[in-house]
Amino acid sequence: MSTAVVEDDIAAWRSAVTTGGAVTSADADELESHLRDQIGELRAAGLAADEAFLVAVKRLGRVDVLTAAFAREHSDRLWKQLVLTHTADAATPARLPVRMGAFAVVAAVLLDAAQALARFTPAGEVVLRDLGFFVLPVLAAYFVAVRWTPWRRVALLAAPVVVVAVAVTLYPFRPGGDTELLVAAHLPVLLWFVVGAAYLVGAARGLRRMDFVRFSGEWAIYLVLIGLGGGVLVGLTGLVLAPITSSAPDALSTWVIPAGAGGAVIVAAWLVEAKKNVIENLAPVLTAIFTPLFAAMLLVAAAVYAAFGVGRDFDRDLLIVFDVLLLVVLALVLYGLSARDPLRPAGAMDAVRTTAVVAALLLDLLVLGSMLARIGELGLTPNRVAALGLNLLLVVDLAVTAWLSIRLLAGRSTADRLERWQTAYLPVFGAWAAVVVLVLPPAFGFA
Amino acid sequence: MYCNAWQYEGRNVDKDLVAAMASPLVLAILAEGDSYGYAILKRVRELSDDELEWSDGMLYPLLHRLERSGHVRADWSASPEGRRRRYYAITDAGRSQLADQRRQWQTATRTLGGIWDRTVPGALGTA
Repeated sequence: MSTAVVEDDIAAWRSAVTTGGAVTSADADELESHLRDQIGELRAAGLAADEAFLVAVKRLGRVDVLTAAFAREHSDRLWKQLVLTHTADAATPARLPVRMGAFAVVAAVLLDAAQALARFTPAGEVVLRDLGFFVLPVLAAYFVAVRWTPWRRVALLAAPVVVVAVAVTLYPFRPGGDTELLVAAHLPVLLWFVVGAAYLVGAARGLRRMDFVRFSGEWAIYLVLIGLGGGVLVGLTGLVLAPITSSAPDALSTWVIPAGAGGAVIVAAWLVEAKKNVIENLAPVLTAIFTPLFAAMLLVAAAVYAAFGVGRDFDRDLLIVFDVLLLVVLALVLYGLSARDPLRPAGAMDAVRTTAVVAALLLDLLVLGSMLARIGELGLTPNRVAALGLNLLLVVDLAVTAWLSIRLLAGRSTADRLERWQTAYLPVFGAWAAVVVLVLPPAFGFA
Repeated sequence: MYCNAWQYEGRNVDKDLVAAMASPLVLAILAEGDSYGYAILKRVRELSDDELEWSDGMLYPLLHRLERSGHVRADWSASPEGRRRRYYAITDAGRSQLADQRRQWQTATRTLGGIWDRTVPGALGTA
């Protein structure tokens, strides 16, 4: 048997191992090197080339067992191929989109119902406050449905939603008061954690929190893309119909846009899972573009504030801007981490990320200082408690992240350690959103 | 936790025990000097007199796990025959992990050693 035939065998074996994505090309290089070492030794012992190949392959282990072992170890790679295995497992692959369509219709109808309630009943502002209830539980239910989550777990997922819904409905809010606005702002966050639980609990394989972070980022990108396309479609439809009926643009913005937005929430979730490779290639690029830009912006802001101090006009609106900025930075860091190959040594991107985190930490300390001064001066209000709590959580998160990032850069810690800190800390934000929604309103007399 | 990391194929040692041994064994081999997958496996065979037998491929996910947790470092470099090879080296974190695991294994063997001779005479007879 000639060596050329063995080369073909090795190439065939290699392509079998890399199919599925759990074994990367670099891993295959390593395994192939092993295979060739083994073949070389067996041939030196007197075996023919083809016999040596067969023995060496047998010693490496069955390809499916081997790739499964790689997939267990590198579950971040598994992410890419969940869909493949889902459709392979399902008896009828076409069912997934059908269910997706059904849930998208439900979300669309619910949002139009919310719109009707808001326009034609006195409950307008209440609907606005509870908007999250019209969409996100549908998304959670969608995950329950496509993953065949057991009923006991469904009950565990539904219980918090019901508790929060009952509490928020029964609370005697002062209309338009601060606590009601706080609930409106924090309810979607709280419900997003329920979506996360539904996403992770029902998964057939051990998905990790980082997978939901990844899902969230890609879902947001798809939602924006669908929104852009939808905006063009609705705008053109309005222009085309305007000569015929003057009420067309109004009807479109009243009924079509909310329905489209509700449906898009579900469709985006489906797309994330169904078309993984598309955004998976796009999202790390976006993160790589915006992390340095945000780092530069934060550095400039930190330098300016350090040089000129915090002016008297560091008021509530600016505080909100800063909170949003810090959350965006945190999201970039978290998302950048989720897209990072945990085995890669610290590089330039980690240095940029560390810079952004340290600058964000400095800014957050400034914000906290200013906030504490305001509270000392003017006393506690629901808004200040909510902002103070959020900023304290952010400071802790950013400080530990900065510390671990610096250690990672110094080669004294691993990206894995940083990732574990980030994912372990996430539920704290959910718990705080629950406190703001459930505890703060009664504590301040629903003001 | 990673019981399946190395598949057990031999008849002499229970597979859970093999899985538990795998990571200290690899770390200890790397503490002798930098090495690569194929050579590590040869050393394992040598040390165990061929009584521990794994399917070779399973070594690599284990090495990658050790790398991810910072216990070993890996670098590509050329083998003497000019092929690309991934060489592994133990890190300081790996050394302290190894020391820790060594202490645990010593406790285990001492504990068992204290009772073997009294209750199960001859069970340790060499194979």
